[in-house]
Amino acid sequence: MHEQAETRRFARRRASNLMSLLFVVLLASLSVAILLVIVGHIFANGLSSLTLDFFTKIPKPYGEDGGGIAQAIVGTIEMLLLAGLMAIPVGVATAIYLVEFGSGRFAKTVGFAIELLAELPSIVVGVFVWALLVRNVTGYSGIAGSTALAIIMIPIIARSVEEILKLVPNGLREAALALGTPRWKVVLFVVVPTVLPGILTGIMLSLARAAGETAPLLLTSLGNNFFNFNLQKPMAAMPLQIYNYAVSPYDDWHRKAWASTLVLIAIVAIMSGAVKFLTRRWKHESN
Amino acid sequence: MTLKTTAAPGSQKVGDPGDRVFSFILRAASSIVLLILIAFIVLLVIDSRESISRFGLSFLSSSKWNPVETEINKIAFGALPFIFGTVVTSLLALILATPLAIGSAIFVSEYSPPWIGKPVAFIIELLVAIPSVAYGIWGLFVLVPLMRDVVEPFLQSTLGKIPVIGLLFVGPPMGQDLLTGGVVLAIMILPTILSLSREVIAQVPRLQKEGMLALGATRWEVLTKAVLPYARPGIIGASMLGLARAIGETMAVTMVIGNSSTKITPSLLTPGYTISSAIANQFTEADSPIYFSAIVELGLVLLIVASVFNILSRILVMRLVGKGGGSHA
Repeated sequence: MHEQAETRRFARRRASNLMSLLFVVLLASLSVAILLVIVGHIFANGLSSLTLDFFTKIPKPYGEDGGGIAQAIVGTIEMLLLAGLMAIPVGVATAIYLVEFGSGRFAKTVGFAIELLAELPSIVVGVFVWALLVRNVTGYSGIAGSTALAIIMIPIIARSVEEILKLVPNGLREAALALGTPRWKVVLFVVVPTVLPGILTGIMLSLARAAGETAPLLLTSLGNNFFNFNLQKPMAAMPLQIYNYAVSPYDDWHRKAWASTLVLIAIVAIMSGAVKFLTRRWKHESN
Repeated sequence: MTLKTTAAPGSQKVGDPGDRVFSFILRAASSIVLLILIAFIVLLVIDSRESISRFGLSFLSSSKWNPVETEINKIAFGALPFIFGTVVTSLLALILATPLAIGSAIFVSEYSPPWIGKPVAFIIELLVAIPSVAYGIWGLFVLVPLMRDVVEPFLQSTLGKIPVIGLLFVGPPMGQDLLTGGVVLAIMILPTILSLSREVIAQVPRLQKEGMLALGATRWEVLTKAVLPYARPGIIGASMLGLARAIGETMAVTMVIGNSSTKITPSLLTPGYTISSAIANQFTEADSPIYFSAIVELGLVLLIVASVFNILSRILVMRLVGKGGGSHA
């Protein structure tokens, strides 16, 4: 009698184990399926609209088919470069300060500020830069767009570089210090070179994220349907172009929006995929 | 980290001038970060002051949004419909995404063999990086028609028949509405919650799990009695980070939520606004100082709400993952 109850209990436990496994497998397949469907749609709809003109021509006037989004590609590259110039020194220096020098209240405050900035809704960054620059200083311009992107990039760079610097074994620093090397030389010529690939991947990650930002650019760089290399003028960007084309009523523009999405995702995926690959290899080697 | 206590004071005494210059430069760079944050808050508060002083709390509680003075309607800015839209869509996203994300995280980290788990985890990490405008275009051209023609009529003919719950599905299915906004947000925050939960579950000490297994527990029992209790605060934190992102998300929602009605009804099938989509849509129309000020105040509200959730989630996750917990995303 007792044994029978025991067997039944065991069967029940095994059944619930199996059920839960099935349930979890179901949930996991569903999540992966949803995400694959999205990527699949973007590929299917995007590939068919990719032509050479797409990369080399600017948009045709309303209602005319053809043309491309070359001006948006130029705008994205130009604004990313300027944003990088602003964000990389600040982000990297902040991370070095936090890891190598910071231990007091100031460092704690800076660390907290980075955490807050990192999760700010990007549209709020747009509102901020609008109030700071666009309204009275620059007008809608590539510079304002780059500033917004830089504000988004700084915390990403600072956080990832901070993580990476923490991986440097203290023995390395101590060995160099014991030889009488001043701290700044230890940091610049011993610590930083050992983690340079890691720092570069952090920068790439932030660029990948900034490349896809749309909301802050709506309020700062505005967009442009003509070639413009001047950062003081309103500037086009790929994500902006996607948004404007997607909400437009023209089929041809819809196709271009899909194609731009594919190109943008490819860029972002290549950048962050390279990052993942590099970090993994680098972590592996440093072990 | 221990280095600071051992080496920093010594180097200060020896006083290499290069050190002082170097640490000054680094300190200056760090101050920029601090300045940005301070400028953020100060500027947003200053620019929304006009709206704050004129409408006070009614900005948050009134649902009259009349940017243009007409004979019948005086100028008024009450953001309640936008706040309502943000709350409804983000909660909907949380409800839809959390079970999926946690289930998948459990599968990837506890059940799946490495040859499935690793690539799945890799794909998910990449998906975190997909720009929101990409989710937006997919939502607009694929999800909206699907919701309008299939899902919403189906919900109306099934759940819509049930008394109280039916109120959620009243009205003609249009596709561009709060429900679709919530679904798009759910899909967007799924990778975020998933990858962070996975990280948290991986922190559960191996010995705890092996101990239970050795005593003859099934995997499910190990999961519910050893893994989940340990990881619970972290998983809640992960969901809250997802919620914070859903609250702040702009593009994807803007493209599917309709942006047309400021009525508050119980039905999820009404087009609406979220705070962020209202900013994105109305920013360029803000022609009067008071209109502009009201929109900046919307930004301020969004900043505060998102930051509160972000801080809460960090506290919860940090407790588990420790100080290095900022490496996700």
